[in-house]
Amino acid sequence: MEHRALFRRGRLSRPAYPNVNGLPVTPRIASLLFDGFAYGMLLFVLSVGLSVTLGMMNFVNLAHGSFAMIGGYTTVTLMRSWDWPFFATLPVAFLMAAAMAVVLERIVYRRLYGASDLDQALLTIGIVFMSIASAAYIFGTTQQPIEMPAYIRGRVEIGDFSFGVYRIFLVCAALVITAVLVLGLDYTRFGARIRAAVDNQRMARGLGINVDWIFAVTFAIGSGLAGLGGALAIEVVGLDPNFALKYLVFMLIVVAVGGMASIRGAFITAAMLGIIDMFSKYYVPEVGAFVLYAVMVGLLVWRPAGLFARR
Amino acid sequence: MRKLLLGMSGLAALAMASAPVQAQNQPPIKVGLIMSYSGQFADLGTMMDNGIKLYMKQHGDTVAGRKIEIIRRDSGAAGTAPDVARRLAQELIVRDRVDIIAGFSLTPDALAAADVLTQAKKPGVITNAATAIITARSPYLVRTSIALPQAMGALGTWAAKNGTKNAFTMVTDYGPGIDSEQEFQLQFKQGGGTINGSVRFPVANPDFSAFAQRLKDSNSEAVFVFVPGGEQPAALAKAFAEHGVNPKSMKILSSGELVNDEALKSMGDAAVGMISGWHYDHNLKTRMNPEFVKGMNELLGGRNPDQFAVTAYDGMHLIYEAIKKTGGKTDGDALIAAMKGVSFESPRGSVTIDPETRDVIQTIYLRRVERVDGRLVNVEFDKIDNVKDPVKERLKAEGKLTADGLAK
Repeated sequence: MEHRALFRRGRLSRPAYPNVNGLPVTPRIASLLFDGFAYGMLLFVLSVGLSVTLGMMNFVNLAHGSFAMIGGYTTVTLMRSWDWPFFATLPVAFLMAAAMAVVLERIVYRRLYGASDLDQALLTIGIVFMSIASAAYIFGTTQQPIEMPAYIRGRVEIGDFSFGVYRIFLVCAALVITAVLVLGLDYTRFGARIRAAVDNQRMARGLGINVDWIFAVTFAIGSGLAGLGGALAIEVVGLDPNFALKYLVFMLIVVAVGGMASIRGAFITAAMLGIIDMFSKYYVPEVGAFVLYAVMVGLLVWRPAGLFARR
Repeated sequence: MRKLLLGMSGLAALAMASAPVQAQNQPPIKVGLIMSYSGQFADLGTMMDNGIKLYMKQHGDTVAGRKIEIIRRDSGAAGTAPDVARRLAQELIVRDRVDIIAGFSLTPDALAAADVLTQAKKPGVITNAATAIITARSPYLVRTSIALPQAMGALGTWAAKNGTKNAFTMVTDYGPGIDSEQEFQLQFKQGGGTINGSVRFPVANPDFSAFAQRLKDSNSEAVFVFVPGGEQPAALAKAFAEHGVNPKSMKILSSGELVNDEALKSMGDAAVGMISGWHYDHNLKTRMNPEFVKGMNELLGGRNPDQFAVTAYDGMHLIYEAIKKTGGKTDGDALIAAMKGVSFESPRGSVTIDPETRDVIQTIYLRRVERVDGRLVNVEFDKIDNVKDPVKERLKAEGKLTADGLAK
């Protein structure tokens, strides 16, 4: 709906621009809320794996973004070289990242499970730089655009409201992932084993749980989710070798503010992050980039262990 | 008499023989490159580096009898860590003893290194950083890329002349963005247009939907956009497409970055009709361009070159020309003097280095995105020859530039 039309009908009291406060409130806010929420959901899919590995297994895995990048490049390669449809590439992106994670976990990561946080951070940040250089070597430094099918581009209009189709898909994907994770951890036998292995390793071993195997699988799932997030992110934020590092800050914010090992915390924090980012950039673009960090710092001062900390 | 003749011919032979020997014994001329080979703007580094490689492949690595040695340094996350560029410039001069520094991906890098160049009296050839004022910060800085106001002012004039009444401007919040915004607004208003509003993006900004939404809500007839090359053009283009901002709903005017190959690919047909003012495109029909594009295709594995590649290629040409003129001498003042006023043919058309401001004078092309033979390309529909940087021209008119082109 045109603002001028709204204005004529008396639904607007002031001209649309430059006075931002005079915008047609309901559709505008709904649209911003939705865009922000969808962006948050993208961050959630990217970060939730880290919440699993960092939060549950207590491993400082700064290379989480590298696994996301593996997923992204998998999708790009399949779409470009083999003409796969976008949706068919998503499971492969998950599996590639997970497979890579298993390899790294078996060779490198497991040796440092008992090591100090600093050792783990140093190892994994090294892996990040290696992954950036490898991606630049193999795929070049350029952006990797993908051509999405027409039905997923553009917007759907519902009355005054309009939403990006791809963002609707993002939100649905994130909701499904959340449901699977929460239900899987809380109600399945495997979920119970993970919780047992994390809470008390010695006791879990004593009960005959194969902790090594549980950790490897957990790590693979966490990294696979990152890979899926990386594939989903291409259409919104693009993909280049720097991806591995670029989203690390957001990932760490989601995990730290949400509370370690809390899927619900990660979900709510990511949604908040996206929405705050969207609103502050829309209404106060001059300071838009700072509002987000200010809020996050405030939250951490208020609850240092995170919003939904288990411990 | 015979002895004398013999002696003379012997001497002559000796002189002839010794000339090349002398040249071979001279140490190589060292050119230090400070570019973003990694980080957010790594692709700029890739393009510029390959532009230089192509030039040296075509023209050899020896000028005026002296070999050219390239020393590469990574300024990393260009623009966000200018202290790195400054330190690299110091190290290149003091430790590696370079004669010339070239590159500078982003404005903050060039500004940070300006003082170092002045103190060391070493020429710096800017092959990208595009804020107008940079060359007025050191008498040793020369630019072969662009002062953004050259293109953005031309775009503003064109838009107003062609009946656009009001426009919204969106730029990245740093030197070149602000330069672009101001020049576009100035020229557009002088032509009779009004500015509807403006926003400035943070330099690191992954998602542009909030800004696209705001633009849409402004109900403007046209939008003017500037974002630096790298990852942002494609992301911004996607946000536009998603919010229904396309040339059918709104005139989109931009610099060349928003319509580069990668951004066009991710926009698809939504990009058809976008208008840009720029100094280079791989689709340009100049005499030298086809061969340049072919050479770059080979080096880049099939990718097309962009403006970063051509301005670096020209930067290297300028360095070669200056060394030819000084006869292989590497004195900083002599090299800078040799670079002033140089005119040459480039894949982008004819280029001159303004002897007063040491900035580039070049042709600005106005292009429209069209689908040609199934590919989206920028098709030139108008051009303005011999464009000087309007910002420095105004400063000069107001008496705020010294005779040496420095800001007072």
